[in-house]
Amino acid sequence: MIAGKSHNNLPDNQRIVITGIGLTAPNGNTLAEVRGNLLNGRRGVQPCEIRYVGKTLAGICDFDAKRYQSRKDIRRGTRAGSVGVFCANEAIADSGLDWENIDRSCVGIYIGVTEHGNVETENEIFELKGYDYDTSVWSHHHNPRTVANNPAGEIALNMKITGPHYTLGAACAAGNVGLIQGAQMLRLGECDLALAGGVSESIHTFGIFASFKSQGALASNEDPTKASRPFDINRNGIVVAEGGCIYTLERLDDAKRRGAKIYGELAGYAINTDATDFVLPNAERQAECVKLALGRAELSADQIDIVSSHATGTGAGDEQECAALRAAFGENERTHFNNTKSFIGHCMGAAGSLELAGNLLSFEDGICHATINVDSLDPVCALRNLVMNQPKEIGKVEYILNNSFGMLGINSVVIIKRFKD
Amino acid sequence: MTPEEIRDEILNILEDIAPDEDLGDLKDEIAFREQLELDSMDFLDIVMELRKRHRIQIPEGEYGELASMQSTVTYLTPLMKDMQKT
Repeated sequence: MIAGKSHNNLPDNQRIVITGIGLTAPNGNTLAEVRGNLLNGRRGVQPCEIRYVGKTLAGICDFDAKRYQSRKDIRRGTRAGSVGVFCANEAIADSGLDWENIDRSCVGIYIGVTEHGNVETENEIFELKGYDYDTSVWSHHHNPRTVANNPAGEIALNMKITGPHYTLGAACAAGNVGLIQGAQMLRLGECDLALAGGVSESIHTFGIFASFKSQGALASNEDPTKASRPFDINRNGIVVAEGGCIYTLERLDDAKRRGAKIYGELAGYAINTDATDFVLPNAERQAECVKLALGRAELSADQIDIVSSHATGTGAGDEQECAALRAAFGENERTHFNNTKSFIGHCMGAAGSLELAGNLLSFEDGICHATINVDSLDPVCALRNLVMNQPKEIGKVEYILNNSFGMLGINSVVIIKRFKD
Repeated sequence: MTPEEIRDEILNILEDIAPDEDLGDLKDEIAFREQLELDSMDFLDIVMELRKRHRIQIPEGEYGELASMQSTVTYLTPLMKDMQKT
């Protein structure tokens, strides 16, 4: 991870571990619930009505925002803020940290977002139309709702955290990028506890749906639960979803000192850029990103047990990722591939962190959850050991690699290893 | 609108912008801020809702007239006397 140093020989104050997970997904509001639903095939895609767009499909969360926020704060803030507040509080609760006695100035908040501000801007313009575009009725809440740091800032306000807080705009790679940033800041000593991950409120903006539709990339299906179908030959696009997943990350020496439960340890990561197209992915750069992460982790491809793919269910996207995965992993026997979006749609800025979370319990149960809705496998997506439609027992899991890619050619890879002291 | 109807309208606005508050015990002569958790953004919400719902433009220099229910109703009565309760 650090140039010139083996990740196996890092001192404990440079080893980063996951000690808490808070999430909301279209198929669950706790890790146990999401994991159970990934193993039993329960989907989270539903019909919904979007302003101007009309009837479409989306992954919708049903978390209880009032658990951690007053009704006034919910009204004043944003959906992404509420998702973040819920996930961050749940992560702290899960971590077992003595939160009341934590020095809040030593906590950092690093939240990945695909976009932010579209929802609030669209809502204001919709209101404004009813007043003949008289801007004197434009809300004074608009700026604090739409500043790019809003979701992280709402977490800070809610939890009285006075350390650094900001978001990371990284398209649909953002969930991984938030996690990576948290780890980097811990290693630099910029914070002692990182709340890191990603959030998405994207199902509340018609623009996301309309733009994907104009691009020919919005999924449709008579059966909502079948609409998100990466790797299937009849896939026809993305199901937009909302959600969030925030981790508590700690340096290993701190985690050990308090006897923390450890979900896994960061073994490696990489972020790179295609620099070739606004929207079309680039298999060569994706493969380079995977190899870079493997190299930094000092791992060979055939040491990875599970690859959580990014595949969104678009024609070109899935094909390019599969080409990248073949280039990086070859035909090795050990590595299995799956996909979370087939269950819940694409949680955008939350996708990276959420999809990783759903796989972490494989360290405990030795099961690789499936990619579902593969009724007819696209031959170009026929990866060896693609776990289709039913979960698969694969034995002891040592390493999980999580892909997350985004528009403007941003690629991110995170590798988590089973924790061993 | 009568002063009583204006009071009802202000209560209605407060219910929207301060949904966690119990407005049943609101004392009209005491400042809102002494009884409710309202900050400057909330007061701007009152101004904004009057603007949106009734097209009433309150000059910034007169925001202080909205300090309590009593002062608000007194201030708004001449501005809203010819309006119909909706």
